[in-house]
Amino acid sequence: MVKPNIIVLISYYKMIKGANVDEPLLSLKNVNKNYGGVIALKDVDFEIMHGEIHGLVGENGSGKSTLIKIISGVVQPNPGSTIEINGLPFTSHKEIEAIDKGVMVIYQDLSLFPNLTVAENIALEQIISDHKKIISASELNQISKQAMEQININLPLDDLVNHLSVADQQLVAICRALTRNVKLIIMDEPTASLTSREVDSLFSLITDMKNKGITTLFVSHKLNEVFTIADRITVLRDGGVVGVYETTDVNEEEITMLMTGKKISYEKFIYPPATSQPILDCKNLSRKDQFDSISFQLFPGEILGITGLLGSGRTELALTLFGINQPTSGEIIFDGIPMEKMSIQKAMHKGIGYVPEDRLRQGLVIDHSFENNLIITTMEKLVNNLSFLDRGKIFKMVKYWAEGLSIKAPGGDSPVRTLSGGNQQKVVLAKWLAIRPKVLILDGPTIGIDVAAKQSIHETIKKLARDGIAIILISDEIPEVFSTCNRILVMHKGKIVREFYTEQIDQEEIRRFVYESNNNKEMIHEKDS
Amino acid sequence: MKRILDRHEIYVLIAIIVFSSLFSIINPRFLSLENFFDLLKGYSLMGIFTLGMLIVIVSGGIDLSFTAIATICGYVNALLLISYGEELNLFIIFLIAAGIGAALGMVNAVIIHKFDIAPIISTIATSNIFFGLLMFISGGKWLQGFPLWFEDFAKIKMQTLYSPEGTPYGLSIVSVIFLMLLVITALILKYTTLGRSIYAMGGDKISAKRAGINVFGIHVFVYSFMGLVAGIGGVVQLLLVNASAPNSLVGKELDVIAAVVIGGANLAGGVGTILGTLLGVILIAIMGNGLTLMRVPSIYINIIIGFLILISIGASTYRRKKTKRQRIITENN
Repeated sequence: MVKPNIIVLISYYKMIKGANVDEPLLSLKNVNKNYGGVIALKDVDFEIMHGEIHGLVGENGSGKSTLIKIISGVVQPNPGSTIEINGLPFTSHKEIEAIDKGVMVIYQDLSLFPNLTVAENIALEQIISDHKKIISASELNQISKQAMEQININLPLDDLVNHLSVADQQLVAICRALTRNVKLIIMDEPTASLTSREVDSLFSLITDMKNKGITTLFVSHKLNEVFTIADRITVLRDGGVVGVYETTDVNEEEITMLMTGKKISYEKFIYPPATSQPILDCKNLSRKDQFDSISFQLFPGEILGITGLLGSGRTELALTLFGINQPTSGEIIFDGIPMEKMSIQKAMHKGIGYVPEDRLRQGLVIDHSFENNLIITTMEKLVNNLSFLDRGKIFKMVKYWAEGLSIKAPGGDSPVRTLSGGNQQKVVLAKWLAIRPKVLILDGPTIGIDVAAKQSIHETIKKLARDGIAIILISDEIPEVFSTCNRILVMHKGKIVREFYTEQIDQEEIRRFVYESNNNKEMIHEKDS
Repeated sequence: MKRILDRHEIYVLIAIIVFSSLFSIINPRFLSLENFFDLLKGYSLMGIFTLGMLIVIVSGGIDLSFTAIATICGYVNALLLISYGEELNLFIIFLIAAGIGAALGMVNAVIIHKFDIAPIISTIATSNIFFGLLMFISGGKWLQGFPLWFEDFAKIKMQTLYSPEGTPYGLSIVSVIFLMLLVITALILKYTTLGRSIYAMGGDKISAKRAGINVFGIHVFVYSFMGLVAGIGGVVQLLLVNASAPNSLVGKELDVIAAVVIGGANLAGGVGTILGTLLGVILIAIMGNGLTLMRVPSIYINIIIGFLILISIGASTYRRKKTKRQRIITENN
């Protein structure tokens, strides 16, 4: 597999751009969609050319997912909308016709069967659509091998898919699409759970497919990635197309402005040192197979970024600081006092809060109300004299945090499932802020959240730091740690390999450093095979 | 080698070998061919039910109404045998039983799919309805006095051998019915698109829909198949006891589910094999039989089977956790 390099990739795209793009592969004219009284899409005209890599961006609620669903036949547009695929009208608006015409979606959840083998996952769909009744292992293997050969990969055919890494699972999903004679692959947030190294190899794969004539619609929140991979970018806002731009003609800031309709500027976080007494002091902290000799100090009012690959030990470190796991050796000193035997209860009692990576599963009870999620950390303080929960106190608290963090929810009793990603994350934040923490650990706080909501969360984080809370921000998005933190630790293979002060350097320097340390690493599926 | 040790079946097999050796040391009669055929006959009915249950569990569902379906099919055929016994033959009897069973199973499928009610709830409800109606109509009466040809059929053995004491024994026709159904079920699961689609749906229903699998069709097949084998089981029950007793099966659902689970099927769906299920039935059978031969009271047998289920599920969960942990470690390096 090609060892990709961002700079080389960009020039490569620019070189081949313009070839064979005079004929639209997909064309939408006057597409409208209402859900009851809610307008999801209005008068959308949208074109994808043969062989291009097209980026689709927009905030949550801008109509991106509705658009994908209409193209792939999951949702029917209003009458009067016309869609043509490869010059032919897409009339039935059913999934099966879209697939027959060569349109495949790779959903964020990949839609694989975790309990089946690689070969079964790749070939089953093909076999079903051929109306074959009998399956033989050799046929499964043959279909899968053919698909894998097309993109020069080699995954173990008999392995169960849930034993593969997310990146390899994604390759399985792509191979499955290739078995269906695909012309347009729609990738919905394909990089959400990939490490930056894996993103690189995905990008070289997309380019590779482009050379074979397969067009990609790349839908993502991560603008820097859209800029790296896409030839053209379509921006959606409030259900309408704002415009279509050649990637070379615009920059991230302009696209952000087009998406949100307002100017968002990134300011560095300035940390005025307030005290020389660290609130948290880790000395040679190690945990077997996870991280090794971690030493750092954290001061009140500081935002400390920790970045590194998935599996670099950053999340594992956070789990240990919060008392979920025990360190095998080393010392955690909190506010001058060495902490013997950590536990979650102790961490919370001391004032350490932890916002987990996967907010939907670990941070929230998704079907419960905003209110119930919010009070869960502080319930014992919200009771009346009889030890019953006090409605008045709860109401006051919900109001306080909803206003303080500007959480937009229809009411305290609406399930958090119905809130947007950004507001959900604010509920998790509020829940931990309610314990009045001295240290707040945020693990990937803006994963899957759109630009404007992200900005608002970053502002909240900075405000908290100015109020004196010490914050650890774990993220693999370098722009995020760069613009939010005053100090950044880079972790690699369980060790801190570098410390940066954001005042002294620019973003490119960090990015280069992280990429270089990544490039020394073998690619995961190369190692497996 | 590592791949073999990854499989649940191997551990059930080891347990079977260990316990069989233990029982045959204590009581040499245990390992005789005669005891083996007796055991096989005694557990064929349970085995038949586990085949349907396996498919239902693999699809991500569960069916608690199959004993009621089996009882209805048995009762209807008992009535027919008593009234029109001489004009009927076995083929028709099985056809009627399979037909009624499949139709009742389809009722389950429609309720589960169209109304999107959890299978456990739907089938508890239909079980009560089916069984309640039967008790209302039959008044709970036993039916006896089947035609001679029917009774004779039940006694057919594939070959007749004689024990040292001179009692005849052999592979019973009932066991043959079970083994035939076993082969058919195995073929469906392993070599047909339908079979893989059942696994796929059990693994992820939404993905299955997106892959173009007819989810309603799979529901109909799975529950109808369960009903069909339950119907055949109902007739087998008539063959075994030569009578129809409306209350003899209902309440035994959990034993069947236990056998399937011990065999490695995951109640969350998507995982389970015919081999494992067969081994699960064998393990339960030899535990019951071996302990009985050792004169252990039946109450203790229940307790031991309870522990078997716990160990079985615990072991597979533990192994899953271990592979997951290993993956995190490899990604670290």
